[in-house]
Amino acid sequence: MDVTLISLEIGITLTGIIILLTDLWTPSENKPRLGWIAIGGLIAVFCYNLNTFDQASAYINGYSKDGLAVYFQGFFVMAAILVILLTISYAPRVNSGISELYALICFALAGMCFAAGANSFIMLFVAVELITISFYVITSFERRRLRSLEASIKYLIMGATSSAIMVFGIALIYGTTGTLDFNEVSRSLLTPVGPSMQLLFQIGVILVLGGLAFKLGAIPFQLWVPDVYQGAPTPVTAFLASGSKAAGLVLIIRTLAEAYPALLDQEWLPKLLSIMAGITILYGSLCALRQRNLKRLLGYSSIASAGYILLGIVCLDNTGSQAVLFYLLGYLFGIIAAFTVISVLSEESEDEDISILTNLHQRSPFMATILTLAIASLAGIPPLAGFLGKFTILRAAFGKLNDQHSSMPWLIGVTLFGIVISLYYYFKIIREIYWGSGLYWKEKKPSTEPLPCPRSAEIALLICLFALIGLGLFPETILSLAGEATDNLFSFSSSP
Amino acid sequence: MGLPLIMAVILALVPRENRLIFRFGSILATLGSLLLAIYVFDKFDDRLEEARGEVTIIEATPLETQYGYVFTQRSNWIESLGVSFHVGVDGIGVVMVLMAALVSFAATCCAKEIQTREKEFYILLLLMTGGILGAFMSMDLFLMYFLHELALIPTFIMIGVWGRGKHKSFAAYKVTIYLSIGALLTLAGLIMVYLHFNTFSIVEILHASTLENFTIGNSLQHFIFGLLLLGLGILVGLWPFHTWAPLGYGAAPTATAMMHAGVIKKFGVFMLIKFALPVLPEGARTWLPILACLCIGNILYCGLVAMRQKDLNLLIGNSSVAHMGFVFLGIASATFIGLTGAVMVMVAHGLLAGLAFGLSGYLHHQARTLDMDKVQGLLSSMPFWGTLMIMALMAGCGLPGFANFAGEITVFFGAWESYPIITGIAVWSALVIGAVYMLRTIRKLLHGIKGDDTPDTEDISKWQRLPYALLTAVLLLFGFFPRLIVGKINQSEPTFKQATSAQSEESR
Repeated sequence: MDVTLISLEIGITLTGIIILLTDLWTPSENKPRLGWIAIGGLIAVFCYNLNTFDQASAYINGYSKDGLAVYFQGFFVMAAILVILLTISYAPRVNSGISELYALICFALAGMCFAAGANSFIMLFVAVELITISFYVITSFERRRLRSLEASIKYLIMGATSSAIMVFGIALIYGTTGTLDFNEVSRSLLTPVGPSMQLLFQIGVILVLGGLAFKLGAIPFQLWVPDVYQGAPTPVTAFLASGSKAAGLVLIIRTLAEAYPALLDQEWLPKLLSIMAGITILYGSLCALRQRNLKRLLGYSSIASAGYILLGIVCLDNTGSQAVLFYLLGYLFGIIAAFTVISVLSEESEDEDISILTNLHQRSPFMATILTLAIASLAGIPPLAGFLGKFTILRAAFGKLNDQHSSMPWLIGVTLFGIVISLYYYFKIIREIYWGSGLYWKEKKPSTEPLPCPRSAEIALLICLFALIGLGLFPETILSLAGEATDNLFSFSSSP
Repeated sequence: MGLPLIMAVILALVPRENRLIFRFGSILATLGSLLLAIYVFDKFDDRLEEARGEVTIIEATPLETQYGYVFTQRSNWIESLGVSFHVGVDGIGVVMVLMAALVSFAATCCAKEIQTREKEFYILLLLMTGGILGAFMSMDLFLMYFLHELALIPTFIMIGVWGRGKHKSFAAYKVTIYLSIGALLTLAGLIMVYLHFNTFSIVEILHASTLENFTIGNSLQHFIFGLLLLGLGILVGLWPFHTWAPLGYGAAPTATAMMHAGVIKKFGVFMLIKFALPVLPEGARTWLPILACLCIGNILYCGLVAMRQKDLNLLIGNSSVAHMGFVFLGIASATFIGLTGAVMVMVAHGLLAGLAFGLSGYLHHQARTLDMDKVQGLLSSMPFWGTLMIMALMAGCGLPGFANFAGEITVFFGAWESYPIITGIAVWSALVIGAVYMLRTIRKLLHGIKGDDTPDTEDISKWQRLPYALLTAVLLLFGFFPRLIVGKINQSEPTFKQATSAQSEESR
């Protein structure tokens, strides 16, 4: 077995362990700085990794390192670096154990990187569990805050339930095909089996899909999202919204394209996916309308974007998944920038109501500009990354418009409706930044004091700023990378 | 042709808190683009001749020349999507660019009322200018949509931050949501066209749609044209989707109202004429009669609404929606004359809306109110302003001598054949209703008796007269010599020919 293949994951785990060890000899006031070590370690490991596996794709049992894996691993490392930057600025609010927080982020990251390359159901399950268990701990990291504990319990219960469902699904798939490897599963599908076995297999597929929908935050496992997003420490929320969601996505793409491509020609799977996508978009957009808590609002909006992601998957072709990959990257920078600003703001005002944004343009023009751009990008307004993401997804979806037995016209209608609704609640945030009047039920005037931005948060915001504009204006490189990553993904599906 | 790029460079220059720099920087930038636009306008015919001349020598007509585009420039942008940065002007484009550059220069000059956060305001204003100029020049659908959105978005923020009146937040919401729906529907239509032709290049699509084996099926054409008409109609303020317009303009700061009413709103019709009609003639044939009926709504209904307005800005806003009805009428006729007239009305109305909103903005700056019950009899204290206002209002009701008259009469000539009844109503309402509300305004606002609560006002001081005078002068110039623009517009003959095929087969 070639160990160098998983050197990235090993390196990331080692970084986490090193942080835990150095923690023992670090005086407590210096502990927040350990985050820089973590960032350095991640960058070093990732660069080494990029050098070693440039274009080549390689397989070992249950794990493959192909274009898709490399793309998503880059995505996850990027997300983790931004989140750790955010965590450094968040450190004063964590009472104890900041270095454990860094380490657990690294462990979750390792899980995500495994997920990106997962090529068998065992690997899939282990990766998902590694991510989820790390998140159980870090969602409750502010253990003196009731909200954080509540979020953690909710996440634990929902996570455990969905894991159980997924394991059951995997068991059914194993029972009907006799193997857990994706390629073996797809091969065994080619030999016809009896209808009862067929049914069991399909139930297994649906259950696994359900378990992954939990990660993605899509219907029917979306209930935890707003509560956990609101309660968890803000960096953790940012990581949940970016990394954990993407892990769910890459696994869905992998299982669909590699484990059971034969199912894609059947009618029920696209139908099921498109119903999921449509309801997810509607649920997220409509529920976000009346929210005043910023993190909760972004939680609902992230449900809606899970719907857009599913819309790209429903296309079940390379263009669709390429679009999703690009969309996700734009989404990453948008959502992390938004959460970073919220984190800085909520530290000062100890509140997360939308009214804390009032006068932000006077208090910190820098943060106001970036939050505006991030929100505009999430809303899909040119020339930012989010616009091109939504554009590519819509283009892929329109390409499927004329397929027979397709529910695409309805789904596109729902999507456009969702986008219009989303403009309302995103615009609400922008309004609050520039001409909001603060809490109307309180006498207190909103503050106009200048608001300093911590250095590490500033770096994260600058990265996001350049990425948002850069991806919007010059998307060619990333688009072609995403294109390469998804090049041969759905090549099976055309074969009968 | 780097007009928008100049803007961008200026934008990059501004991270300082020096107020004057922003103002003069923006004025310089827009002046520069105005001069360039005039240069392009001037050289347009020569270049076209040259290009055509060259073509006869090499015997192969490039599509660009065939459709009368000059000053073209092309470089790849997003290859994997087939999007390129492709700009150039044709006959319609060149007059629109000239108009846009004029109005944006005037708007920048009129932006003096902005006293808070100038930096952001001027950046947004320049973004708007650059975006819309680029949109009129772009020959790539994606680029066109992209730049138009770029110009549109600042509107929302400007109304919200610098807007006036009690309802500015509501107005900002309404404008945002209406216009975004319009833009989204348009985008959906464009994507469907793109998927059919597999290219974003406008000339290639225009060319391909004439070929037999490439034409889009009838039902699909109906659907796409419906989408585009609805989307672009919302953007322009087609009745009954016009309600955002007067409200938004009433709340917008002067420069924004000038830019949006004058220039950005024209984009929707621009796209209909230049793209939707020629590419989707079959779809257009079913939709055009409906459009003709709706434009009566614009002309008649909004005219009647305008009669009842007491606020000057709301009145101008409503009348500007009414004027868009003439453009739609011209489009609905789908005849050569009608379309030419539609473009002329677009240009004339752009200048007029810029002038009218600029003047009313000045009044608001002076008097802090636009309620015509309060502000009366201004001609004696503000002779220059008053004279220009009379001219603007007169131009608005179609007095000969102004460019509006030339445009409207051409539209009526074009539309008479296809829709005599509708044209009759339109003529009647343009003359009578238009005259009623415009003359009523002149009586009250300028010749009325000064009441006790009329605030003191001063006339426009010397140098600030320039933008207003410029707009009026050009309005008169095009009114007396409509050949100047008609000649240019007619260079887009191939586009028009394709567009008129929507009508001609029916009458055959």
